[in-house]
Amino acid sequence: MLADILVNFPVREFLLSVGVLCGISLFLAIIMVVADATINYYGQVKLKINKDRELEVEGGRTLLTTLKDEDIFIPSACGGRGSCGLCKCKITAGAGEALVTELPWLTAEEHRDGVRLTCQVKVKNDIEMEIPEELFSVKQFETEVVSLRDLTYDIKEVRLKLLEPVEMDYKAGQFIQIEVPEYELTDEPVYRAYSMSSEPAEKNVVEVEVRLVPNGICSTYVHQHLKVGQKMTINGPHGDFGLREGDSEMICIAGGSGMAPIKSILLDMLRNGNQRPVRYFFGARAVRDLFLLDEMRQLEEQMPNFKFIPALSHPDPEDQWDGETGLITEVVERHVASAADKQAYLCGSPLMIDACIKVLSDKGMPSEQIFYDKF
Amino acid sequence: MPDTLSWFTVLFAAVFTNNILLTNYLGMCPFLGASRELKTATGLGSAVIFVMTTTSALNWVVYYGILQKLGLEHLRFIVFIVVIAAFTQIVEMIIDRVSARLYAALGIFLPLIAVNCAVMGASLFMIIREYTFIQSLAYGFGSGVGWTLAIMAMAGIREKMVRARVPLGLEGAGIALIIAGIMALAFTGFNGMMNIS
Repeated sequence: MLADILVNFPVREFLLSVGVLCGISLFLAIIMVVADATINYYGQVKLKINKDRELEVEGGRTLLTTLKDEDIFIPSACGGRGSCGLCKCKITAGAGEALVTELPWLTAEEHRDGVRLTCQVKVKNDIEMEIPEELFSVKQFETEVVSLRDLTYDIKEVRLKLLEPVEMDYKAGQFIQIEVPEYELTDEPVYRAYSMSSEPAEKNVVEVEVRLVPNGICSTYVHQHLKVGQKMTINGPHGDFGLREGDSEMICIAGGSGMAPIKSILLDMLRNGNQRPVRYFFGARAVRDLFLLDEMRQLEEQMPNFKFIPALSHPDPEDQWDGETGLITEVVERHVASAADKQAYLCGSPLMIDACIKVLSDKGMPSEQIFYDKF
Repeated sequence: MPDTLSWFTVLFAAVFTNNILLTNYLGMCPFLGASRELKTATGLGSAVIFVMTTTSALNWVVYYGILQKLGLEHLRFIVFIVVIAAFTQIVEMIIDRVSARLYAALGIFLPLIAVNCAVMGASLFMIIREYTFIQSLAYGFGSGVGWTLAIMAMAGIREKMVRARVPLGLEGAGIALIIAGIMALAFTGFNGMMNIS
């Protein structure tokens, strides 16, 4: 059977087919290459991004691919066909009018402001554009879980070692997004944001604190399925919460896993020898909700101007608590006489943050000195 | 037989009685995807007319000039695709270079239809039906016009539909397919009026 086929194989026709097909393809390919080098040649052009960065790039391709080759990743889901509308950027000069293919994705306001889909803009001459600053550093990381620790009965500390890329440059107070794979609570991968509690100087490990939320997709996964050694995908860093300029006293207020970014900021201050006075009010219900007390006491010893003030709103009788009691707002109210000359850093639930902003404003703190991370 | 058909008959039939979109169901993807606005639909339609006419002619020459002479008719599928893709890309580059306005009106649609099955279909039908060069030209142009007519009608309906209350589960592609079906039904009525194959 096989021999029959081999003997009767139409060698001549086969070679002719292959030859003609190759010939036609080669001919068209040569035309394409020539066209690309002549008709489509726009030479070197300049990309001016956010007024301060200038890139020399080869013209002739779309802005999206050109930027990608410069390691600037504009989010895009469709890969440049103009069907997802994600790759929007404001282009101030050099791109002409928005094309019909872009209009369905642009609001009237964006259209007027010169927002374009970067996948539809071809780089033909010098272009001036604006790219959100955080896009320059956001990357996706493959990580491995190196440790899991129960901080309280419902808060877990997760340490992730970065495998690829191996280092993340971030500022204390920023957050990452964790990709939760498909499992019983979700049919598709979902992303959840968590503030990093680790020290930014330690670039190849990030640490987050995950509080168990009933039926929460990510927190249930972390608490019930995650094992040491498991691979996780994260992306980041995101967000602009973090230490600001100034040498006035800092009032930090956090509750629950709001501990994370404040801890990161404190560790960073310790490393940099920042001597600013800090009072850190941490609110919890009872003793069983408190955590990292030893670490905070140790920080108090290492940082002479740092004071940690945990407060319980509903201490259990058996807690034998002799520290502060009451709602965190009441404790802050008692401790802080005037807030006019201070800065505040808040992290916790929206309810807690709004209540704290009210108290601090009443004490005379200007709203531009209050920084917060709501979750 | 086809030799006796006048080019005008082929053209007329390709537009109305044998509409490539509504009787052969080719080119459905851009028909559903780009029919939200009349302006986009018109631009895409004119690109399809241009590409179908030119590639029909090109492919006719390639088929009868190269493939048939060498007895390689079976290669037509792959060769036609390559020719269409290369041609549309080069035309896009030229338009982009020459005129920004023409590019905005026509050029941007060329990559979208480079791999459109209606364009491929037109080239294959003209071979199957053994059209002459003039008939092929008429058929390519007519199919393009027919396709444009259909997508413009669709876009006109969908622009009006914005204010209509569509049942929840049928919004978007669902109702568009139902409209396409009803339009196709209307066109099926002409079937058999003219025999162009």
